[in-house]
Amino acid sequence: MTQVLSNKTTTPVLIDARGPRFSAVLTTLVLATALISGQSWILLAQGIVFAIGAFRGPQFTPYAFIFRTLVKPRIKDAAKTEDVRPPQFAQSVGLIFAVVGVAGTLVGIPAIFTIATSFALAAAFLNAAFNFCLGCEIYLLLLRIRKA
Amino acid sequence: MKSLIPIAIVAASSTLFGIWYKRSRGEFRAKKSSHGPTLNAQIIGVELGSKATMVQFSSAFCSPCRATKVLLEHMVTTMPEIHYAHIDAESHLELVRELDIRSTPTTLFLNSAGVEVGRAMGTPKREQVLKALEAIV
Repeated sequence: MTQVLSNKTTTPVLIDARGPRFSAVLTTLVLATALISGQSWILLAQGIVFAIGAFRGPQFTPYAFIFRTLVKPRIKDAAKTEDVRPPQFAQSVGLIFAVVGVAGTLVGIPAIFTIATSFALAAAFLNAAFNFCLGCEIYLLLLRIRKA
Repeated sequence: MKSLIPIAIVAASSTLFGIWYKRSRGEFRAKKSSHGPTLNAQIIGVELGSKATMVQFSSAFCSPCRATKVLLEHMVTTMPEIHYAHIDAESHLELVRELDIRSTPTTLFLNSAGVEVGRAMGTPKREQVLKALEAIV
């Protein structure tokens, strides 16, 4: 998170905007499976993907690899690019929810797992279905709260 | 298999929210009171337009901010009486609080006196911008 936050004034790295959207679809499916089954190891696995996306960048996750090798060669439209920082921010928020959810299971409070997974799933679904921009909606609010 | 209630709640609430989100982005909302905050060239860093000024607030983790900036910058090139100002929300937090900017991009529409007459959250469509500007006398 701090790494992402400190990286905001440098020249933006641009990636194919459809990559994060595709990743959001996979994330939605994985988190929905985790929520329905109640299996925290699925959330843990998704948390590892979030961690890669948050610290290295969303273009380095296994989902992005699937997009590049299987999906991208099959779409003919020209790629719309996007700054890497907004999806990276979203991955960091996802990571926080995954950590909280897994921790909930470890301390034996399944409600924490359910709530954290639900929030992460809602964000991923909104991103996949409605192109919801999490950074647009919550970053400024977080800053306003933190520096109030 | 555990309970399906949580996933049903998430699916229903986020679908409703998503529909509202999609519809409300870019939409011009007029200020209800006529005494909106007044901005001047010193605050926004650009001279006020003779008819109107659009002031866009952006942040780093915001993809639609870039698209909005491109659209508005391009639109004002053919409208000499409309000016455009771009403000980084993060480095102007006090102003952001004063104007109650909650998300980015948020574009304020100012009249010739610098009074906010309304705002749009998210990337507006070209027609939405034109309509908002037409409403400013």
